[in-house]
Amino acid sequence: MKLRHIGLIAGGLGIALLIAVFSPFASSHPDGLERVAEDKGFSGLADSPPYELISDYVFPWVGNDDLATVLSGIVGVLIVAMVVSGVAFLLARAGGAQRPTPGDSS
Amino acid sequence: MALIDPSALQSIQAPAMHIPDGFLSGPVAGASFVLTAVAVTVAVRRANRTLGERSAPLMGVMAAFIFAAQMMNFPVAGGTSGHLLGGALAAILLGPWAAIVIMTAVVGVQALVFQDGGLTALGANVLNMGVVTALLGYAVYAPASHFANGRLWLRQAGAFAAAWLTVQASAGLTAFELAVSDTSPLSVVLPSMMGVHALIGIGEGLITVAALSLVATTRRDLLPTEVALSEE
Repeated sequence: MKLRHIGLIAGGLGIALLIAVFSPFASSHPDGLERVAEDKGFSGLADSPPYELISDYVFPWVGNDDLATVLSGIVGVLIVAMVVSGVAFLLARAGGAQRPTPGDSS
Repeated sequence: MALIDPSALQSIQAPAMHIPDGFLSGPVAGASFVLTAVAVTVAVRRANRTLGERSAPLMGVMAAFIFAAQMMNFPVAGGTSGHLLGGALAAILLGPWAAIVIMTAVVGVQALVFQDGGLTALGANVLNMGVVTALLGYAVYAPASHFANGRLWLRQAGAFAAAWLTVQASAGLTAFELAVSDTSPLSVVLPSMMGVHALIGIGEGLITVAALSLVATTRRDLLPTEVALSEE
């Protein structure tokens, strides 16, 4: 049971990281909203962000654009996985702690 | 995104995969934050009660997949690309409340770390791509899977329909927000958003069905055999 879980996490994370590695092959065409904004003439309204960390999925200080994109993808996958499993773990634990409390109908 | 060529950078002032800052008026952005906050609060409370211990790694893996898949823009007609939203997929596998938690985290990290989607538009981006997709995706898939009564192809058809509809709803709501913000008239922005995303929705449907097929063949036990009509 535990072993199957490890397999699931490794498999799922592996797929996500594999997609990140291949992300330089993603289409660089504008996406749906960008296309509409350009065609209908309101793309110029977009303001620059107040700060930039890994802006536009290009990891800073990396000369090679493809490598910068792959790195940003890997970093993003790991951050998101940790944040969500952390939140879910805390929620599950809080829910579990509530359950035995009698008369708690909320 | 991905291969950034200089010409693309010139035509696009700010990364605008999701709604950037400047597209939405203050009231629209604010109202979206309020609606999103309500939805996320309800989702956290529900998820809190329904989540088992084994859900945590599942949710983390699902979020990682959705983040990566959202980077993988696929080409559609007319020099345009689209990417997965993932709300329907997450809702089908983990229920709408867990899906809202997952999508909020994905879209939040995209805005905070990757400057994909404006900070002021974060409420709207979570509402459009996370809350609406999770709730609608589940609302369409649950009765479809009930009707399918174990027949996998019918459930997959329901999943495809759910995924396609969530992209339409998300695009329509975005168009509505842009129109109310006086960014573009509804008669202009609604048909063009729905039109482009009718194609992108096919990609969403295909990826959703493919991901569900993968789960069905490798870990059948994770695919809910009977999705409850009302999640509790």
